[in-house]
Amino acid sequence: MGAVLRAKVMETFLLQPRDDKGPVFNEPWEANAFAMVIALHDSGLFTWDEWAAALGDEIKLAQYKGDPDLGDTYYRHLQNALEKILVEKNISSSKEIIEKVEQWRHAYHSTPHGQPIELK
Amino acid sequence: MANDHDHTEPPSDIALRVKALESLLIEKGLVDSAALDEIIEIYENKVGPRNGAHLVVKAWSDRGFKQKLMEDASSAAASLGYLGRQGEHLRVVENTPELHNLVVCTLCSCYPWTVLGLPPAWYKSAPYRARAVSRPRSVLEEFGTDLAKDVSIRVWDSTSEMRYLVLPLQPKGTEGWSEENLLKLVTRNSMIGVELAKTPDQIQSMKQGID
Repeated sequence: MGAVLRAKVMETFLLQPRDDKGPVFNEPWEANAFAMVIALHDSGLFTWDEWAAALGDEIKLAQYKGDPDLGDTYYRHLQNALEKILVEKNISSSKEIIEKVEQWRHAYHSTPHGQPIELK
Repeated sequence: MANDHDHTEPPSDIALRVKALESLLIEKGLVDSAALDEIIEIYENKVGPRNGAHLVVKAWSDRGFKQKLMEDASSAAASLGYLGRQGEHLRVVENTPELHNLVVCTLCSCYPWTVLGLPPAWYKSAPYRARAVSRPRSVLEEFGTDLAKDVSIRVWDSTSEMRYLVLPLQPKGTEGWSEENLLKLVTRNSMIGVELAKTPDQIQSMKQGID
């Protein structure tokens, strides 16, 4: 990844928990959510300006609702913003996302350990 | 060990939402999982396998710590500041001259990430998940690990409640080495069990490669 693009990503993800080497992920899902944003941007689904606005709105909304925003909720905001931007762009719908979550939950509940979890 | 085999405990709600969205985007052809793994690899630098290597090296050089680690790995890891976040248990399985341990998660990609960082892409791949159980010896060979015929292999299937870390055999000729030097011998792959710890010769030839 080029230095300019890297700088742009750094700027766009200003509030992201990081150390001197880059972003810090506390749990794997955080890295997965972040990777989706980068991949969708790279495929041209949204510009960094659009993304920054969506994430900024989400963080403001959370603060308004009383989130102290100490960094540990950052990736929740990121996931919320990502879901909203995908709905706005008619890529998906809240209904579709919720259904998929329930399908996965069901797949976990009904799969004995030792077998791959698959959506039926 | 509390382990219900009829089902698998789903991850937290937020992790499930991320997983759901990811699978939706993959179905729609908007992202592919290899590209996501690549991005994660570029950015992930913090939680590396160093924490796990620290446990291994300490167990090699401190008999008391090793005993603690084998009896209750979660507490031993916590005593060095490596805490699990979701209450999952860590168990350390020890390689011996007669027995080699290999870790997999056949179901998904349960991984002791508090001590090993994020799982490598191959660990999450369907072929590894399937073949680690059915043909562990060939999987090891593909990683360049040739075990003597009389060494048996035990495969550990991780769950959301129980994660495994392999304690590799300490290479011959490294007794009494400093912690700093021992750390160079312990790779992520050796703690998953697909490789052995590096030998002093391998470290030496790596150094020469750099010079």
